[in-house]
Amino acid sequence: MTSGPAAHPPADDPLGRMLDAHSVVICTGSGGVGKTTTAAVLAMEAAHRGRRACVVTIDPARRLADAMGLAGLTDTPALVEGPWPGELWAMMLDTKSTFDALVATHAADPEQAAAILENRFYRNISGSLSGTQEYMAMEKLYELHTEERFDLVVVDTPPTRNALDFLEAPRRLTRFLDHRLYRLLVSPTRGLVRAVNLAAQTFLRTVSRVVGTEVVHDAIGFFAAFDGMEAGFRERAAAVVELLADPTTAFVLVTAPRADVVEEATFFADKLADAGLEVRALIVNRVHPDFSGQTLGHVVRRAEALAGTPLAPFAANLADFAAVAATEEGHLEGLTGRVAPAPVVRVPFLDSDVHDLGGLDRIAAHLFPDAAERSG
Amino acid sequence: MDPAQFFAASRVLIVAGKGGVGKSTVSAALARTAARAGLSTLVVEIEGKSGIGSLFGRPAFGYEEVVLHPGGGPEGSADVRARVLTPDDALVEYLEDHGLHRVTRRLMSGGALDVVATAAPGIRDILVLGKVKQLERAGVADLIVLDAPAAGHAISFLRSARGLVDTARVGPINTQAADVLEMLTDPERCQVVLVTLPEETPVNELVDTAFSLEDEIGVSLGPVVVNGVYPPLPGLDADPAAVATAAGLAVAPGELAAMAAAADFRRERTRLQGDQLDRLAKSLPLPQLPLPYLFSTDLGPDHLEALADALGEGIGALDAIPGP
Repeated sequence: MTSGPAAHPPADDPLGRMLDAHSVVICTGSGGVGKTTTAAVLAMEAAHRGRRACVVTIDPARRLADAMGLAGLTDTPALVEGPWPGELWAMMLDTKSTFDALVATHAADPEQAAAILENRFYRNISGSLSGTQEYMAMEKLYELHTEERFDLVVVDTPPTRNALDFLEAPRRLTRFLDHRLYRLLVSPTRGLVRAVNLAAQTFLRTVSRVVGTEVVHDAIGFFAAFDGMEAGFRERAAAVVELLADPTTAFVLVTAPRADVVEEATFFADKLADAGLEVRALIVNRVHPDFSGQTLGHVVRRAEALAGTPLAPFAANLADFAAVAATEEGHLEGLTGRVAPAPVVRVPFLDSDVHDLGGLDRIAAHLFPDAAERSG
Repeated sequence: MDPAQFFAASRVLIVAGKGGVGKSTVSAALARTAARAGLSTLVVEIEGKSGIGSLFGRPAFGYEEVVLHPGGGPEGSADVRARVLTPDDALVEYLEDHGLHRVTRRLMSGGALDVVATAAPGIRDILVLGKVKQLERAGVADLIVLDAPAAGHAISFLRSARGLVDTARVGPINTQAADVLEMLTDPERCQVVLVTLPEETPVNELVDTAFSLEDEIGVSLGPVVVNGVYPPLPGLDADPAAVATAAGLAVAPGELAAMAAAADFRRERTRLQGDQLDRLAKSLPLPQLPLPYLFSTDLGPDHLEALADALGEGIGALDAIPGP
């Protein structure tokens, strides 16, 4: 067993109870706060609790992906073997193939699907249309959830800077597909009134001048091929939004105790609240340990008193960490109040990065009493 | 080498790194260090919300340029200015420059922009970089510090020029992409500074990013900034209880235990960081500029000055960069 800070998970096990009571868990937060790892830990713990769990990740660090058997595997859940009574599956999201499958589902016939899949403009959508990756993460989540192969699907969201992207992704894409411009682009074949057409032609000429006629031709081809599929897409997007609001879906906010990250997490909590969604738990990663348990003022006074003695470096070091702990708690204060009554669970700075199942265990020990007991 | 000479080597510094490594803090510290050396500096931010304003004790800023730190004073430093440049602003500005009339502008609501940007992927990025190039050409400042998008995206951001030179074979976008590529690949005009933390995953990603940027885009890489390095604190190796006894100091056992735990933590993390710094040096033949961990997660102007001190020192310790 690797050493590390002692684990003190909350005794009443709020996270364990959350895993038992939900069928979808969405981990959200800004980039670099350990969201992917947290999602993997939650799914693994659910497997320990006897559930069939699947974690969908967006962009795992290579070694963690390897450890979970995800290397080179996309869009198909892989079984992760381990000492648990349930099942743990892991999947890496592939935006493009998820989108392809969605097109195939909604196309009237294979010809329509082929026309879209071969279109260059369509191929650009998965790579460059903002919100597509977020939407596909939700789409995949919906698909796995409705398949009923799993008791719990844990999904890791893309590290979007703008939290709105994630919640609005389904609506954004349908709005894009529904856009007025779409009708204008296909209008030459539909004989819309001349005035509208003129505006459209002016627009297209301008765009052609900027990006080239070939590119505009591809776009028109795409919207023409897509004709008739908007309704199916819109319905599906509505179903996804409904799933997000379902009481069996839980949002877990993941953060680190830094001012900028907490600010983003708070913004996100507000956005969730605006959408009528609740944060079920707040997980704070990379918390510096508070070694003294005393107030910062006390520790600083002690450091001053011991200055010039051989204990000076020890006292100064203790004061340094007390200062960090105090600012971290200061940052978290507003956020913990904001998400109340959601439980707040802290994971301390670990000695090394997580890149295997043992590493996930070490984090689990800080989140779940059962896991702490397993690790002894 | 002399900081003034270091920052005069190229007009644009693109600061890139994975989310959470302190890229914006480093951008601010680089700008302040350059300004101290007498170079007027403009910080360009892409996404907004970086908190660069608060590092200078100023409010957040937007598209309009603001002065974050006026020059002058006994040290004779220059101004640090800043502005945000979002891809959508750049796209609208560009389309307007290319003859979008009022009628058609009505079509340019968010969704229409998406259609254009989807039709030619990378167009947003190239327009931001094109705008930076325009600022560089206009000589708006001695140095432009561009706070680039997070790492994975930084590659596609910089790759957009290469891609569009090929896909948009004619027209203004092609010209724009070719001009941007010329700037990116000219070490006298542009360098990329990569930022990391002395931790395993960020170091791995930095090494991958460095090689991709050099091989695929041909940009010149400046020193790597390693953020959050524990400053050395000698005297933590002994057992504080033994030290107290030897010195005849009466200290409560609980306090001694806390001192020992904190000292262990710091020693252990310092050792782990050292391992990562060594690994980085072995994997990537670029000089490193360490920035100290400041034992605060709430950085303001005083911290920024401390970081600028450290950068100035680190740059001072670099060998003169041989010509390209």
